[in-house]
Amino acid sequence: MAPTACFNCKEARAVIIRPKNRHKLCRACFINIFETEVHETIIGTNLFFPGERVAIGASGGKDSTVLAAVLKTLNERYNYGLDLCLLSIDEGIRGYRDDSLETVKRNAVQYEMPLDILGYSELYGWTMDQVVEQVGKKGNCTYCGVFRRQALDRGAARLGIKHVVTGHNADDVAETVMMNLLRGDLPRLSRGTSIVTSSDASDIKRSKPLKYAYEKEIVLYAHHRQLDYFTTECIYSPEAFRGSARTLIKDLEKIRPSSILDIVKSGEDMAALVPVEVRGAGKSKQLAEEESAGGCGSQNGRTSGGEMAAMEAQLAENEEAESLETEIKLHNGSRVKANRGPTGKAVKAQTIKHCERCNYISSQRICKACTLLDGLNRNRPKTAIEVGVGMEDEESSSTLMRQMERAQLSAT
Amino acid sequence: MTDTPNAGQGEFPIPITVEFTGGLELLFENERKHKVVLPARLEDGSRPNISYLLKYLVDNLMKDQRIDMFIMEDNVRPGILVLINDADWELEGEEAYELQQGDNIVFVSTLHGG
Repeated sequence: MAPTACFNCKEARAVIIRPKNRHKLCRACFINIFETEVHETIIGTNLFFPGERVAIGASGGKDSTVLAAVLKTLNERYNYGLDLCLLSIDEGIRGYRDDSLETVKRNAVQYEMPLDILGYSELYGWTMDQVVEQVGKKGNCTYCGVFRRQALDRGAARLGIKHVVTGHNADDVAETVMMNLLRGDLPRLSRGTSIVTSSDASDIKRSKPLKYAYEKEIVLYAHHRQLDYFTTECIYSPEAFRGSARTLIKDLEKIRPSSILDIVKSGEDMAALVPVEVRGAGKSKQLAEEESAGGCGSQNGRTSGGEMAAMEAQLAENEEAESLETEIKLHNGSRVKANRGPTGKAVKAQTIKHCERCNYISSQRICKACTLLDGLNRNRPKTAIEVGVGMEDEESSSTLMRQMERAQLSAT
Repeated sequence: MTDTPNAGQGEFPIPITVEFTGGLELLFENERKHKVVLPARLEDGSRPNISYLLKYLVDNLMKDQRIDMFIMEDNVRPGILVLINDADWELEGEEAYELQQGDNIVFVSTLHGG
């Protein structure tokens, strides 16, 4: 096939077809346009202010590596005046996170950014290796996600930084829209599409500058700029990406590439229709804690639903009746407009508290991380049996099996 | 370089480089770059194309059992990018592209996190 000329410069050989508009671009034009679009997103949403200190949540993976590279480029090109640094969380997974942290350390040198690494062991007294030893491989992503969410905030707070950017891309956002649509979760639907998530109660702002960037283009950008990023599968959920929402998104992209941004757009438009009182409702409760599900790029779509559902059910049991009530009213309110007055009041009445244990923002007396830690600590010496109660039979039995296997091993 | 039985009159086998990145290398013994030599002609007289290469890779190179993480419905799994000499394979005719000597074929997974 004869080489195709670049749509933009009409000269160089096109090497890329853009998913969003099918434009064929050469390497140089693609890199330039990709960066310019992120710049436009940043300017259009007033994402930063001059002199702002910004921590990039860095995992060493493609998304956060591209984010760091693009932000460094744009910061210099357009004089944002940002003080950028890398913030990494060490979950304590041997053979997985050690390698990716090495990548982040190289990135820190390559991008001349200071790097701070905060470990789960330091924060919670548990590494993920230890958590998995306790609860088994199923459902451990929930622990990891809840812990990571707080860890980034705490890391930022420790550095005195009030803005954390993450590498969430358009595919992630589209996936979140689909998930929340399927769950009928309006409050989260309205927040998930927003570029900035911040809570009145927390002074740490979160944003995702790559929310309009296709995962495909992020990977190609990394490829064509030969960025140093780390890829492996987490050893505790090696097939996590087989999740159905993710597969759906990728299948749709194959059929019609613009689908992904169309879903993001639909999500934004639907979000605008969500009544303000509903939108705010889950805010205090979910913002701080539940968006953690997006831990590993987008864990919520990549894990097979069962284990997440089981864990959520268990967590829900621990929640106060008050919030349960709010939740139900909230659904009524969003469906029956006539009820909005009293409903709105009830929703607003929910106040943001701080966890009694760790002082992290939470709508509950005890935040989710501390609830999980409770379960872990309670079972530290003899393990599993109680943890298994709230979960699927299959899960508890497999955990038990593991315990028995270990017991046998140590007996011999 | 040895002649393969399938090579036609005076036609040479086709040496190419195949690369797996973005996490796909995990399915190929954590080896990113592979040298592969394809026959100049297949049994039916046609030239080897990407479809043939996929089958060849699964049959000859891939020891991992999780074939569906690479191939789905006889084609590359959605979410895996294919670059032919650094260009998106869509610009080159996708699976119908006939391989040339010295071609560099890259398979990049977008499905893996980090």
